[in-house]
Amino acid sequence: MDFWITQIFNGTSYGALLFLLAAGLTLIFGMMRIVNMTHGSYFLLGGYVGLTVIWRTGSFPLAILVAAVAIAALGVVQWRLFLHRLAGQELGQVLTTVGFALIFQDLALIIWGGEPYTIPAPKALTGTVSAGTLYFPVYRIFMIGVAALVAILLWFVLERTRVGAMMRATVDDAEMASGVGIDVRRISMGVFALGALLAAGAGVVGGAFVGVYPGADFEILPYAFVVVIVGGMGSLRGALIGSLLVGLLDNFGKALFPEFSYFTLFAPMAVILAVRPTGLFGRT
Amino acid sequence: MIAGRGLLAPLLVLAVLLAAPPFVSSYVLTLLTQSVIYAIAAMSLDVLLGYLGLASLGHAAYLGVGAYSVGILATRHGAGFGTILLAGIGFALVLAAVFGLLALRATGVYFLMITLALGMVAWGLAYRWVSLTQGDNGISGVPRPDLSLPWSLGDAIPFYYFALAGFLLALGVLWVIVHSPFGKSLVGVRESETRMRTLGYHVWLHKYLGFVISGGVAGFGGVLWAYYNGFVSPADLELSTSVELLLMVALGGRGTLLGPALGAGIIVLLKNLVSVYTHRWLLILGAAYIGTILYAPEGVVGAMRRVSANAEPAPARPEA
Repeated sequence: MDFWITQIFNGTSYGALLFLLAAGLTLIFGMMRIVNMTHGSYFLLGGYVGLTVIWRTGSFPLAILVAAVAIAALGVVQWRLFLHRLAGQELGQVLTTVGFALIFQDLALIIWGGEPYTIPAPKALTGTVSAGTLYFPVYRIFMIGVAALVAILLWFVLERTRVGAMMRATVDDAEMASGVGIDVRRISMGVFALGALLAAGAGVVGGAFVGVYPGADFEILPYAFVVVIVGGMGSLRGALIGSLLVGLLDNFGKALFPEFSYFTLFAPMAVILAVRPTGLFGRT
Repeated sequence: MIAGRGLLAPLLVLAVLLAAPPFVSSYVLTLLTQSVIYAIAAMSLDVLLGYLGLASLGHAAYLGVGAYSVGILATRHGAGFGTILLAGIGFALVLAAVFGLLALRATGVYFLMITLALGMVAWGLAYRWVSLTQGDNGISGVPRPDLSLPWSLGDAIPFYYFALAGFLLALGVLWVIVHSPFGKSLVGVRESETRMRTLGYHVWLHKYLGFVISGGVAGFGGVLWAYYNGFVSPADLELSTSVELLLMVALGGRGTLLGPALGAGIIVLLKNLVSVYTHRWLLILGAAYIGTILYAPEGVVGAMRRVSANAEPAPARPEA
């Protein structure tokens, strides 16, 4: 029993990290149909920027804030200069954004070197909480909390505010949305910034958990994509359920079938996609 | 449609490739060998991307299956070249037959994503199924094939001609396929599935056959790659390998077969030569990705055909 509780907890906390990354990606995907292979780079660069801020100031919250804002700005520039021209060209988007990912990877290598780092978590978030015979690391609980908070905030903005309604309208039908006077370009840019911001924030939060190292970008990217695709592009609820599913499958796969751990993750995903190409909560 | 002029450049390149070995350094020869092997994989992807209009993010899987067939059968079972070749292509065909059933249910972005997931399945097995693949360490010590020829394929020059022969074989097979009525039907499917269906074609079956053929040829490339390298590792199946193959096809020119082969050569040379002069080759490669899409969306061969006065229009739509 303890084994199952621990594994479910571990899977959920990894799912929480994935949600932070995938929430923005799914909105970008759903709204602009942009296949953004740079999303993993936002995660990695966010981690690096956060690391620098912590080295300079020692403040974890400030690290998240600075990283999120800086990378959001980077995303906006990238979108304004290149990506919005490639609407509808999947291959062009894939290759351009991979190009950016490689460039960002190299820039990170120039600035921060090739050493693997771990972001030091604040004292309050270290240690464990015990419940009977079980021990839960506080940091994992913190990640779940952050993801829950972000999920609630995003849900509130999307469902309860005017901007959110405009965003949902753009996801549903960008042409109709612009027809009724919504500035689709500005909404799209905002969503792109939001996606980069969340990914960078996830990079700082995750940097204390999985570390910050060259290659982390392309390691986590397929996970984020699988979450988005399984959940359904543009669906926040899908991203939430998808991240939990992926986090749990990944964790149980590694614990129960180490030799087939990635198989047990990606094969069910591929089958789900084959049965429902638009994902669990995507609209056909 | 193939005017004398259109054939001239490829024949010149072929002549150069045939005559090159005595005149180039052994380093350049290894790059040429890599190029012709990668060209096989790039041409096989062109069947999907150029002729069928399906962008796959998992093509490295078939290359990897071919390569691991060599690694496992040659080092652990001492299998001969014939057996391994058949097994490598056979396994790649089987994998493509299974993956095709799943992937062809989707199109566009969804096809990209489902092939990404399938590619990760193959990579995950190579990475984690340690008892079969030796995991991250890879399989080393793959011997070069023994064909009882007067020349040993362990030497660079004979192996180069061996790889070149493999390239020409793959080119010949794919050339016949894409210029056959079946190949024309693939282009028809790319342009309009509805129209082809109305005309009575079994659209799914044509796509499926194209998908499986593409995988099988990539597996053949993988067999040669493993023999060339003497080493197989999960890196051969990584997402970045699949993306690089896409770049080769896009850079050379989709739907031209020879274009992707040229693209493969350009990328192999670029990667290796740039890394000689600077550590910043990732920057250069990244710029190559972006530059290709911004400045040469139809690829080198596509652009050349457009410039050429009496050329036919490039077969692949740039915005596909």
